[in-house]
Amino acid sequence: MKQLVNKLFWMVLLVGSPLLASQEPGVDEIVARAEQAAYYAGKDGRARVEMTISDKQGGTRERAFTILRLNAGKNSQKFYVYFEEPADVRKMAYLVWKNESGVDDRWLWMPSLNLVKRIAPGDKRTSFVGSDFVYEDVSGRALKEDKHELVESGETHWQVKNTPLDPGSVLFSYYTVWIDKQTWLPSKAEYYDKTGKLYRRVEVLKVETIQGFPTVMESRVTDLNSGSATTNTISEVTYDLGLTDRIFSERFLRRPPREVRQ
Amino acid sequence: MFTTKNLPVRLRKPSFLRQMAGLMLAAYSLQLAAYSDGLLKPNGFVDVRAGTRIEDDPYEPDQSLAELRLQLEWSHLGDKVEIMLALDGVYDDVVDGDLDLESGKGWLDPRTAWMLFSPADFMDVKLGRQILTWGTGDLLFINDLFPKDWRSFFAGRDVTYLKAPSDAMLASFFPQFGSVDVVYVPRFDADRYLTGERISYYNPLLGRVAGRDAVQDPIKPDDWFSDHELALRVAGSRGAMEWAFYGYDGFFKSPAGFDENTGRATFPELRTFGFSLRSPLGKGLINLEAGFYDSRQDRDGDNPLIPNDERRLLVGYERELKRNLSLGLQYYVEQMVDYQAYRSTLPEEMPIRDENRHVLTMRLRLQAKSQKLTCSLFTFHSPSDKDGYVRPVVDYKLSDDWLLTGGANLFWGERETSFFGQFENNSNIYAGTRFTF
Repeated sequence: MKQLVNKLFWMVLLVGSPLLASQEPGVDEIVARAEQAAYYAGKDGRARVEMTISDKQGGTRERAFTILRLNAGKNSQKFYVYFEEPADVRKMAYLVWKNESGVDDRWLWMPSLNLVKRIAPGDKRTSFVGSDFVYEDVSGRALKEDKHELVESGETHWQVKNTPLDPGSVLFSYYTVWIDKQTWLPSKAEYYDKTGKLYRRVEVLKVETIQGFPTVMESRVTDLNSGSATTNTISEVTYDLGLTDRIFSERFLRRPPREVRQ
Repeated sequence: MFTTKNLPVRLRKPSFLRQMAGLMLAAYSLQLAAYSDGLLKPNGFVDVRAGTRIEDDPYEPDQSLAELRLQLEWSHLGDKVEIMLALDGVYDDVVDGDLDLESGKGWLDPRTAWMLFSPADFMDVKLGRQILTWGTGDLLFINDLFPKDWRSFFAGRDVTYLKAPSDAMLASFFPQFGSVDVVYVPRFDADRYLTGERISYYNPLLGRVAGRDAVQDPIKPDDWFSDHELALRVAGSRGAMEWAFYGYDGFFKSPAGFDENTGRATFPELRTFGFSLRSPLGKGLINLEAGFYDSRQDRDGDNPLIPNDERRLLVGYERELKRNLSLGLQYYVEQMVDYQAYRSTLPEEMPIRDENRHVLTMRLRLQAKSQKLTCSLFTFHSPSDKDGYVRPVVDYKLSDDWLLTGGANLFWGERETSFFGQFENNSNIYAGTRFTF
């Protein structure tokens, strides 16, 4: 009897182990790890972003800024954005404390007025600096705002459907995200409007591994309704610079820290 | 005494030569922007704008604004020192003036010329000509006693020109709880107050609205290191709520008193104390600010030639109504102290002020077309003075470099003696364009 049990044990183990190894992570784990990979790499980070906004008529506008990020807590982060282009926003600085509560604190430094302006909490799906990206694309949409369903587990990607819990707060009825199985980075997102029509697409065009972290180096968002698109080119990425809380304060809004200067 | 010119005022027309000079300046600056390069390449902009009165003003020309402005800016952002220089070259076709770097008259107006350094780890010092701002109000100022340029504001220049520069030393300290800012101005920097040259105003001596026929020439305290100003702010935060305490020792920033011997307006001594709070509330931001104005030369309130003490208070709330549309509301009150003393000593022919002046403001701001279009409407309304001021502004970005702007400054009032009512004839519309490089 004892031998039988032993045999069975070994059989289960041998037959079952490949199954165990390939067992799918749950959808909650997938989206949680994707969020970590996309927005929380390292303890802190720095990147320079160049944005090109192209409208349907072929006109383009440019944005250039340096962004600093510090992970403050589990779901809280601090961002410092220092603008270089275009000329009319040059030297403006933007500070965001992304709080666990979901309500962010935001300040804007306006050098021409020598004024730190506190910005009222706003709709996070408004355009970021006039581009096709929205604030949520930059700082991340809280996972708890959507219901997540695993639609498909392909060879290279998981496909996750996300349905907002408060549909009135957003333009989309749902969006689908493709998450890379190797890097855990979202590589594409498609947004469907209330009639079920695809109207917005965010794509990752280039990924590089920097200091061990897979990092998006180029991405594009396309507004299929207006025909405009914005391409982000990211460079000078560094993680774990040793940024401190001190930088993400009014003092350094007034006086850009060394870390954002060229 | 008020300078009295012959009436009627000769309405000036831009001469051909002047216009040519303006065009050449524009061409030169564009060329400079396009071809200059290297270390000394300046940033800046060229701003051309023109405006006209929509009501007849017997004491001012119809043209309220006609100018070309070239701003050149150089900056150095080093590890030890930051330096910033921004010079405005101005061709102004409405008001002639000899160059005066203090009041911003003439062809050159240095906006900033400062250096910033850190003598200690916990301290920053900014020295030189600089724009200073603090407080929580939106176009209402209680504890911000830094110079304002009312001429620019009412005439339709870009709203940033409401803030005039100070020649000052700003020392900022950063203790654990927040920040301490100390501003020392060695020689009094007045507002760029209304003189009558550009904007007509109520003149109590004449008992009527006046303009170029009675240009104000007040006695300004101007002794270095004795007619000085000191301003202080201690600020911090508790959770998401920001608090601040303020103090100021100096003078009323615009002419507010009157000297009987010379018959000229004066800047009486002023000391203020106040505080402010600002915090998220619901889906918006709420702010509260209060201040006490200690009119040191008329503490009993019985001198009719000098303003009484005042208490000032404002409460504001701002939130996004929907995506890209935000609303800001403010209530503001000025309360005169020793009102009975004021009433009993006020000469009979002088207009009587209420004890409380209430003002309500509203700001609506709409962004559209990928933030290329910004429409803003700001209204002041005083139910006690029965007057108001409406400022619609439309900005459209043709590209990253080119901006079109247009707007209006509309004043109304039942009486020509009230704050906004006196400016009724100055109601104007304007349009302009700006090229930034």
